Amino acid sequence: MTAAPIPGSPAQTEQAAPVTFAKALNRALADSMEQDPSVLMFGEDVGTLGGVFRITDGLTARFGEQRCFDTPLAESGIVGMAVGMAMNGMRPVVEMQFDAFAYPAFQQVVSHVAKMANRTRGSVRLPMVIRIPYAGGIGGVEHHCDSSEAYYVHTPGLTVLTPSTVADAYTMLRDAIASDDPIVFMEPKKLYFAKDLVDLDALAARWPEAAKQSIGRAVVAREGSDATLIAYGPSVAAALTAADIAAGEGRSLEVIDVRSLSPFDDETVCASVRKTGRAVVVAEAPGFASMAAEIVARVQERCFHSLAAPVRRVTGFDVPYPAPKLENFFLPGPDRILDAVDELQWEDAL
Amino acid sequence: MTISAEQENRVRQTFGISVEDYMLPAHEQIQMVDPQGRRAEPGVRQAGHEYPVPDDAALLEAYAQLVIGRRFNDQNSALVRQGRMAVYPSSHGQEACQVAAALCLDDGDWLFPTYRDAVAVMSRGVDPVEAMTLFRGDWHGGYDPMAYRVGIQCTPLTTQLLHAVGVAHAAKLRGENTVVMALCGDGATSEGDFHEALNFAAVFQLPVIFFVQNNKYAISVPLAQQSVAPSLAHKAVGYGMAGEHVDGNDVVALLAVLKRAVALAKSGSGPLLVEANTYRIQSHTNADDATRYRQDSEVAEWLAKDPLTRMQAFLRSEGLLDDDADAEIAARAEAIATRLRDGMNAEPEVDPQDLFRFLYTEPNPQLDEQSAQLAEELRREGSAS
Repeated sequence: MTAAPIPGSPAQTEQAAPVTFAKALNRALADSMEQDPSVLMFGEDVGTLGGVFRITDGLTARFGEQRCFDTPLAESGIVGMAVGMAMNGMRPVVEMQFDAFAYPAFQQVVSHVAKMANRTRGSVRLPMVIRIPYAGGIGGVEHHCDSSEAYYVHTPGLTVLTPSTVADAYTMLRDAIASDDPIVFMEPKKLYFAKDLVDLDALAARWPEAAKQSIGRAVVAREGSDATLIAYGPSVAAALTAADIAAGEGRSLEVIDVRSLSPFDDETVCASVRKTGRAVVVAEAPGFASMAAEIVARVQERCFHSLAAPVRRVTGFDVPYPAPKLENFFLPGPDRILDAVDELQWEDAL
Repeated sequence: MTISAEQENRVRQTFGISVEDYMLPAHEQIQMVDPQGRRAEPGVRQAGHEYPVPDDAALLEAYAQLVIGRRFNDQNSALVRQGRMAVYPSSHGQEACQVAAALCLDDGDWLFPTYRDAVAVMSRGVDPVEAMTLFRGDWHGGYDPMAYRVGIQCTPLTTQLLHAVGVAHAAKLRGENTVVMALCGDGATSEGDFHEALNFAAVFQLPVIFFVQNNKYAISVPLAQQSVAPSLAHKAVGYGMAGEHVDGNDVVALLAVLKRAVALAKSGSGPLLVEANTYRIQSHTNADDATRYRQDSEVAEWLAKDPLTRMQAFLRSEGLLDDDADAEIAARAEAIATRLRDGMNAEPEVDPQDLFRFLYTEPNPQLDEQSAQLAEELRREGSAS
């Protein structure tokens, strides 16, 4: 688990202090609950314990057991109950303790959360957020490190967001809670205790006027001119590190943080690829039929005439998430990313 | 047991029995009118399971809704045969359950139905054509759930019980005096969401009535292969709530039991489970062949317990129904059948752009692009013809 600052973070002001990703999420929940009494938080161990990652720390003490509470251990129950609460005037935020623990709730997510507005021709909207700690890099045991985003991204009716910076953790979660549509909010768990210099008070003061920029918006995390690395969530840090190393070798890589997996920001991504003419998509999930595959397809469809080389994917292998002693062989790191960059048909490589 | 002293006292004062006895269903199913339409012998009543007969107006309205529901079922089956509807899961024989479920609720209460509960949906006030839109194939819904306080008819088994729990939880937190009636069938009690919903409702003490229409078959699988519990109502005890089982073809008993369940839930007693013993006279849907898995003699046995003729005989013997009143009700039913037939025979107008309209509240460039693509395809098609 890294404690190093995440490069490229915005909102570094004079009052900026080291803040963890977890604290930013916690503050986003607290500020949302403070501002809107219909916002509720529930799930397994989110009450007295404050969640296994402490994302809900102190919320029960501050807002009471009716606003932040533990449920019986049943994920389908948690999501299904949230559907009914959202139907009846509440804005529930639920925590799935780990990525693979959300699978028992999959039926509720795909059959009801995603479809309710459509089935009722818009008369029932579900303003709910399903928070899912996801992906690896923490040495977790089986069923604790899945990159499950493709399942949700593939489902029409869902909005799927994933932040990669401390500032985005705050702002994007607030945006998600404020949205009238159901949101699957994927939290890269290896970032929970990463710190960055962020002024949360300033971010809070700027929300929502300067915010509501999460849904459907990618950002340029680092500017460059030779090739574009397109990454999201847990892979943004690896892409930025790769860009750092490449800069030392005289190659300028732009890094796009996708942030909103669905809907997808073709405009920002394609503007970058048209500028650089080369692209590598980086993601932890197995690459076959994945979010990375979708990004490659979209870029090739839209930017074909700007491309100097085929768009490459650097992803996890098509295997179950490996045991802790093997995960370093699986996760796409800077070396694998730079190898892919080297394959992009550079004239100077001839 | 983790029963509180307060709960123990409340049950003792109200029913004169222990909480454990209160949670257990009656030894025999509650019946108030026998299959011949006579008042059932009070011998089966036991402490904690006495129910008053509903008032005359409630009984007459229930009968009217039974007649309307039967006519509605017949009309829908005819519409399927005529190709006007894709599929219809008939509730012929189960009308008493559906009518009672709807009639025991107040305006502010909620109903969460399954795909087989169109009669309940209609008894709750939903327009018959809107109630059938789903089955005609225009859309995956037909009525506005918020306007009627009726959840959208649910096809995946039992998932709607959790939505009912959530609506009740929100109502409780907001201080609304609202009860939620959640319907499911016998097969649904095997699903995980059934257990999660009952447990959540009990743990959070929510005003939900779980009403199981035990029609004896989950498509072709008989109850004996679904559960070996003494009754489905017994399942309540494990969650710490009361269960009751009732003759599902006796609308008088159903109304009495469900009305009390609603009153108890409104008083803050938490959820209840009611099992109705009934029978699906017709096949699962028109696509099913029930002769492959059940005997004619069994069907004949249940035809003799028909909820409609039973109630008619009862009301006539009580002097509450005569030929004129019966004719009036039949005319009401016929008017609804006519309205349904006319609505279903009218060619539905569909707008292809509706495909994209009801997914997100915020603009979505991907869908906007696909919507423009479809519009262009239709424009070209239009100019070519």
